[in-house]
Amino acid sequence: MTTTTTMTAVNPRAARRPTGGGQDAVGRGPREGVIPRTAAFIVMGVFTLYFLTPIWWLLIASTKDRGDLFSTNPLWFADFRFFENVGALVAYRDGVYLRWLLNSLLYAGVGAVVATLLASMCGYALAKYRFPGRETLFNVVLGGVLVPATALALPLFLLFSQVQLTNTFWAVFLPSIVSPFGVYLSRVFAEASVPDELLEASRLDGAGEVRTFFTVSIRLMFPALVTVFLFQFVSIWNNFFLPLIMLRSEELFPVTYGLYAWNSTINQFPELRTFVLVGSLLSIVPLIITFLLLQRYWRTGLGTGALK
Amino acid sequence: MTTSPSIAGVAGAVAAPDAPVQKRKRPRVQSPGAIVAFVSPFALVFTLFYVIPIGYAVWQSLLVVEREGTFGEAREVFGGFAQYALVFQNAEFWSSVGRVFLFGVVQVPVMLGLALLFALLLDSPLLRGKKFFRLAFFVPYAVPGVIAAIMWGFLYSPNLSPFEAVTSQVDFLSSDLVLWSIANVVTWVFVGYNMLIIYSTLLAIPGDIYEAARLDGAGQARIAWSIKIPLIRPALVLTGVLSIIGTLQLLAEPQTFRSFSSAVTSTYTPNMTIYATSSIPNVSLAAAFSVVLALATFVLSFTFLRITRRKAAAS
Repeated sequence: MTTTTTMTAVNPRAARRPTGGGQDAVGRGPREGVIPRTAAFIVMGVFTLYFLTPIWWLLIASTKDRGDLFSTNPLWFADFRFFENVGALVAYRDGVYLRWLLNSLLYAGVGAVVATLLASMCGYALAKYRFPGRETLFNVVLGGVLVPATALALPLFLLFSQVQLTNTFWAVFLPSIVSPFGVYLSRVFAEASVPDELLEASRLDGAGEVRTFFTVSIRLMFPALVTVFLFQFVSIWNNFFLPLIMLRSEELFPVTYGLYAWNSTINQFPELRTFVLVGSLLSIVPLIITFLLLQRYWRTGLGTGALK
Repeated sequence: MTTSPSIAGVAGAVAAPDAPVQKRKRPRVQSPGAIVAFVSPFALVFTLFYVIPIGYAVWQSLLVVEREGTFGEAREVFGGFAQYALVFQNAEFWSSVGRVFLFGVVQVPVMLGLALLFALLLDSPLLRGKKFFRLAFFVPYAVPGVIAAIMWGFLYSPNLSPFEAVTSQVDFLSSDLVLWSIANVVTWVFVGYNMLIIYSTLLAIPGDIYEAARLDGAGQARIAWSIKIPLIRPALVLTGVLSIIGTLQLLAEPQTFRSFSSAVTSTYTPNMTIYATSSIPNVSLAAAFSVVLALATFVLSFTFLRITRRKAAAS
């Protein structure tokens, strides 16, 4: 980790550079040769197949009934049974799958919103105020960044057992609202995008510090907050060890754990195979939608233009 | 998928460790109330769900269970480093550590090498359709480890796979190959993510740096090798550290593979050993495993940072 001083050397212009252009915009020198261009395209094409084929296969498999799954071309449609499959999946055991999906959305969605709020307030204070213990706090947070969520699962389990909180919603939700990485990012961004002059002006207008944060600063930091939210959302959504060690009751499972549990018993209950495949496909969709919906905020420039 | 400005920003910040920093004069605000209001919520949850659990795990690892007689009341008493002595005698734990180490030595360089190659291609004028490739390569990152393992498990299996011609000849789920089959799953998920981090750093490099090289007639490969790679070294170090940490923590993929392959034992990786030990339940030993694993992670990532720094200083 670099020292804190370099964290302030963020280049907002670099962040605002239009994406997609890459280096095209820069000095169109001599045309590149045909051979390197063809080679580049072949490499990227082959790997596109590598990255997308498994997802294509899952999509196809989700549209087949059990017989067709084994007897028809795995990479092309047979009888289109997708909606029947989804219907059977959500009806299975009183809609436990939908319950899991909802749990995942609560753990990851609400957890990431709360985490973003707490982390951004702390990062903002670290960037914009001077107070005793500031550096210490920041270094402790940086240490926290290096502790992966998985490593905390067992310690959290031991602690929650002591207070009889294992196998509850809170056992998975509460640890999810801590995002040291979010504090670090918010600090970097508050440094770069919230000008002191603006805060001064706000103070002269007689607005309180907290109110200024919620009305002015948070808007300037918005692209960073979306990023913190996304990172935390993905990390909660993917955190498998915590629910695995904390939860016993099926109705509290996030969708990843639920599908894992079904997949573990496929040999005894072959009818679960279709459900695991369709359920896997449906569980990927929310994350992809979240990425695509928030795309335009990622692009939003930093609010350095607020100061004229 | 666009690159996030903040990744670019952070990467840019990391990429310029020696850049002169203009320290703005901060007004000395005396608003302790506001500072407490901003900092204390995070400080509270961080203490409750980061600091205290770690402290408690360390404490728990120092306890042993004592019984009076064979069927007596079990009591936890302070046992010093008794659990740690057991950790060092535990062959299963150390073979799982060796396994993830072997995994990491091969998988991390392959994954980061691919991520670097793709990022450089995206950043070069050689390629059309960059937006599409960037999105296509990043999609697997939206697939959780468990789901990715389920998908690939089916793809590897002899009877369901669309690649039956291959899977009927090669048993990807055998004890010899299953570790590398898992490595492929992890690579598939994370290459695009690492590619984006590296690519964002490349975007943060001002384009006019390449002008002189281009005038001298350097080709894209030469520019990538001599200019770009040295400039993005910090991003490579960062992705390297994150990947090493991730490898030591392997759990979801191998745990899911247990239903596809009997070669994956319940103590296949260190975290699986911890989980299996805690479900016995032998929480003190599990806690000791956890502490040892956390220390090993720290030492490894720290060593990696030291080595890469020294290399950077030498070049």
